[in-house]
Amino acid sequence: MNGIHDMGGLHGFGAVAVEAGEPVFHSHWESRVFAMTQVIDTCGIWNLDEHRHEIELMDAAAYLTVGYYGRWLFAMERLLNRKNILWREEVERRGREIAQDSTTPVSVNRSDRNWPLTVHQKVSWGAWRHEIAVSSRFKVGQVVRVRNLHPAGHTRVTAYARGRVGTVTVVNAQAWVFPDTRAHNAGENLQPVYTVRFEARELWGPQAEANVWNHIDLSEAHLETLEQFI
Amino acid sequence: MSDLHHTSEKPWQAVRTEAVESLLTELGVIDPARVDAIVRHYENAVGPKTGARVVAKAWTDPNFKKRLLADGLAACAELGIGGPETEYLHVVENSPKVHNAVVCTLCSCYPWPILGLPPAWYKSSAYRSRLVREPRKVLTEMGLLLSESVEIRVWDSVSEIRYLVLPERPAGTEAYTEEQLAELVTRDAMIGVAKLEAV
Repeated sequence: MNGIHDMGGLHGFGAVAVEAGEPVFHSHWESRVFAMTQVIDTCGIWNLDEHRHEIELMDAAAYLTVGYYGRWLFAMERLLNRKNILWREEVERRGREIAQDSTTPVSVNRSDRNWPLTVHQKVSWGAWRHEIAVSSRFKVGQVVRVRNLHPAGHTRVTAYARGRVGTVTVVNAQAWVFPDTRAHNAGENLQPVYTVRFEARELWGPQAEANVWNHIDLSEAHLETLEQFI
Repeated sequence: MSDLHHTSEKPWQAVRTEAVESLLTELGVIDPARVDAIVRHYENAVGPKTGARVVAKAWTDPNFKKRLLADGLAACAELGIGGPETEYLHVVENSPKVHNAVVCTLCSCYPWPILGLPPAWYKSSAYRSRLVREPRKVLTEMGLLLSESVEIRVWDSVSEIRYLVLPERPAGTEAYTEEQLAELVTRDAMIGVAKLEAV
């Protein structure tokens, strides 16, 4: 989807602010959101690409203001709600109880909860877990074009690369999960990932800096030959 | 969420996080002790020092360096390094003529087991939007002035392949031990926004 998360090349964000002596986490809740997400990642509730996509679905203004772990909190709550594991109203009620220092919080008791998951309901988290051979359509040195794709759902094709021509420098010929479909639980579509090298001028035109090359890792389905128009 | 804004002294995100954690614990989805252990791991056990060991080893052991450049994660595993968020690691080497810098424009992908969790600036909109378009300017602003004759390679790590920059070994460190070398290696140099100097 063409969202605010796809930031490569945007203007207007100013200088990169560097914080001296930065802690690993800036607050307790950030550390809990991070680590809870790590635990839930192993529970079979969502996969990596679904989690990323949920963040992309955030309201654009909120995306820019809640911070990195604020986005993770959003994704965690939304996914748990959507998958009927923890409903929004339960979180709201417990939040009110905590805010009011309630000593008698209402325990959760709905019977239609989708937890624990059955073996069949569980999804796997990882990115490349398949030790099988896949054939590679492109080879090192080949000139390729990034397909001009604008799907409404998840994709890892950065907007600034679409339609641009580069050269394959590395063929990562392992069986990589295709994030664009797995994010929607529409199949793993195992395929190679290619490192494609672009001259900065191809991407940024006359405003490009001299002697700069951009490298982007793209799935096979994101690329086409120069003869091919899809 | 708006009603939670007004009912507590705590930030609303802290309240919601606490609510989610207490409910998930009640439901048996998470074990808070495991959450504690993960926080401790990322606060104390992993960080740029891990990557610094890898870099120092590569500087002092040419065969290790060859293996590292061929398959970064396999070479790191020799040193007992590995973990989530890095399926595959490409190590890219700086030289007097080539400088590498890493970004993830789509989310903030970063080699956690090698460098720990990324700093806020790496996750910032400014870094994510600008490094791919004007790396020379961004690096200069961050204190790294590169000659126009140096080729800059920007790596947008939007797939599950992670990147580590192998910085140039500083001049005057010929007599240093591997441990002394590791002390010189900074996180910023391994992301590619700084160079290293002997102290």
